[in-house]
Amino acid sequence: MKRKGMNRRQFLHTSGLAAAGVAAVASGAVLIAPDGAWALQLHALDEHAARTLLVMSRRLYPHDTLGDMYYAKVVEDLDGGAKDDKDLAALLRDGVDTLDKAVGITWLDLSEGNQLKVLTGIENTPFFQKVRGQTVVSLYNNPLVWRHFGYEGPSYQFGGYINRGFNDLAWLPEPPETASPKAG
Amino acid sequence: MAKIDLSDSSAVVVIGSGAGGGTLANELCQKGIKVVLLEAGKRESPETFVNDEWAAFGQLSWLDKRTTSGTWRVAKDFPGLPAWICKTVGGTTVHWAGASLRLQAHEFRTRSIYGDIAGANLLDWPLTLEELEPYYDKAENKMGTTRTHGIPGLPGNNNFKVMYAGAKRLGYKNVHTGRMSINSRQRAGRDACWQIGFCFQGCKSGAKWSTLYTEIPQAEATGKLDLRTRAHVLQIQTDANGKVSGVLYADKDGNRHVQKARIVCVAGNSIETPRLLLNSANAQFPDGLANSSGQVGRNYMRHTTGSVYATFRQPVNMYRGTTMAGIITDESGNDPKRGFVGGYEMETLSLGVPFMAAFLDPGAWGREFAAAMDMYDHMAGMWIVGEDMPQESNRITLHPSEKDQYGLPIPNVHFDDHPNDVAMRNHAYKQGSAVYEAVGALRTFEVPPYPSTHNLGTCRMSKRPQDGVCNKFGQTHDIDNLFISDGSQFTTGGAENPTLTIVTLAIRQADYIADQMSKGNI
Repeated sequence: MKRKGMNRRQFLHTSGLAAAGVAAVASGAVLIAPDGAWALQLHALDEHAARTLLVMSRRLYPHDTLGDMYYAKVVEDLDGGAKDDKDLAALLRDGVDTLDKAVGITWLDLSEGNQLKVLTGIENTPFFQKVRGQTVVSLYNNPLVWRHFGYEGPSYQFGGYINRGFNDLAWLPEPPETASPKAG
Repeated sequence: MAKIDLSDSSAVVVIGSGAGGGTLANELCQKGIKVVLLEAGKRESPETFVNDEWAAFGQLSWLDKRTTSGTWRVAKDFPGLPAWICKTVGGTTVHWAGASLRLQAHEFRTRSIYGDIAGANLLDWPLTLEELEPYYDKAENKMGTTRTHGIPGLPGNNNFKVMYAGAKRLGYKNVHTGRMSINSRQRAGRDACWQIGFCFQGCKSGAKWSTLYTEIPQAEATGKLDLRTRAHVLQIQTDANGKVSGVLYADKDGNRHVQKARIVCVAGNSIETPRLLLNSANAQFPDGLANSSGQVGRNYMRHTTGSVYATFRQPVNMYRGTTMAGIITDESGNDPKRGFVGGYEMETLSLGVPFMAAFLDPGAWGREFAAAMDMYDHMAGMWIVGEDMPQESNRITLHPSEKDQYGLPIPNVHFDDHPNDVAMRNHAYKQGSAVYEAVGALRTFEVPPYPSTHNLGTCRMSKRPQDGVCNKFGQTHDIDNLFISDGSQFTTGGAENPTLTIVTLAIRQADYIADQMSKGNI
């Protein structure tokens, strides 16, 4: 496999997602992207549950231009937690089962609109809240998605923002110096 | 640093090293008084702070188990996290934003001025602004507060520019970059602000005042301070005369020790301070220490808060630079014509993407929420901080069954908004939104309160012993060698961020303790 995108390599490095070639020799189930761009070694979840949770996390916080690999981080963190937590593993397995049985059609096979209807129907359950809470952290706390939101993140190593645009907004008038003195 | 023997009963024991405890310990040491400073958290430093919201939250926060009850939204959104405060050397001065505002004269006399508000347990402070002014002056000098002592204001960032332009178009008069205890110039051996933007995560430039790298090292340099970190106080002990005699604490390995004391000063913030007094109940004080009034743990205040964020057609990048970068003070007075008593401040605030996702609309999901997040770099934001009504039923109690890691009852934090709080928040949401609409906001967001950062009033000062827990020096009415040294002392909360007043009271309390010690009264 010869894929060299800088983003992807950084992402694999940061998140601990294994490259597909490496994952193939590890044990347990593997979640592989449809285009083979990335793969996730699973420890507690089976492939169906992992794929369901990935799509569920996207339905919860849909950013259409973000690739699946960013949502796979949610699955990785849920799976990592479930590895040493039998209660969590059961909560996730049973939750996926609930989704699949909600209307008698496997949830992944439902249209997006029907998937959302099923999710809305279970939004007060511990399973839903666990996946929602994990998605908030695993999706939005990933430095590689910050660029998508225009957030530059840590600044200390660059000397802060004092010389990097902390006051570069130019579409409103400048406040007078009495209100906003010049930097010392 | 001093090494004070456990059996040495001549020292002052201070519990907690934040704005109250850290300042008090230093002030006492400067007067030559020996102090044992017990801090439950570890010692970090600007070098170990991280520009990472979740990692810093884990590093600095007080995360011991707590429960919540009442109709406040925090109980629904963050049932196990009523407060966002710190367990680390320096306490919540590591996390605070730096806003340093004096209480206003009328805010010391709310019962007299606001009158008898149904459901509110209002009381005048046993103090006036005039009495505190010389100490406010010392506190501002100590902390390097901008716009005092000839210290210039900080430069405004992008978030401030939006606030300023909107406020002026709306007709507000008093809008500027605030009185901040963040160096705008090098001062007191600390650098000027680098506009890093992670004020809540520990200031890595050291420009923001924190007891961690000001008061505490100054106290250590006197040779009078014995700072013990990861020392979690479990109980305050009393002797046959009904005086405080020492404290029981657990060290980092869980081993328990008793430190004898001449005087004990409690500064554990407004949840742990009353909890410790209640957990220290004994045969002589069956309702907890200093609780003859029954007011320990009651009148819990957290300021009427909320945030307004707004999105714009053009980018803002609000996260660049100081988190609290400016203020509108026009609504801070008492003008009952608005439909409520007391006032509120509007102060810029920003969160990074990780915390914005967690706090913008806790629990929300779906395309609308995601679309709001997609506008993150086009967002400006402000925090509302206003006076809330003390209510007897808003209180810290000991949980009837749940225990902490030491086997002691955990605290439950009960809070219901008073109708005055609801009316004030409603007004502030409208005005905050109007500020942003005046400069073309596409959409505004009324963001519910975060877990409380301003925790106040649970051991309040009162003139009469039946109305409160301590006198105007923080000395408890019931036990004259037991002091309250944090925001728990506040009789009412005012509209202002409380740290400056906590530091001011600590400086004044140190003078009083030294005087009383020299006279042999305590």
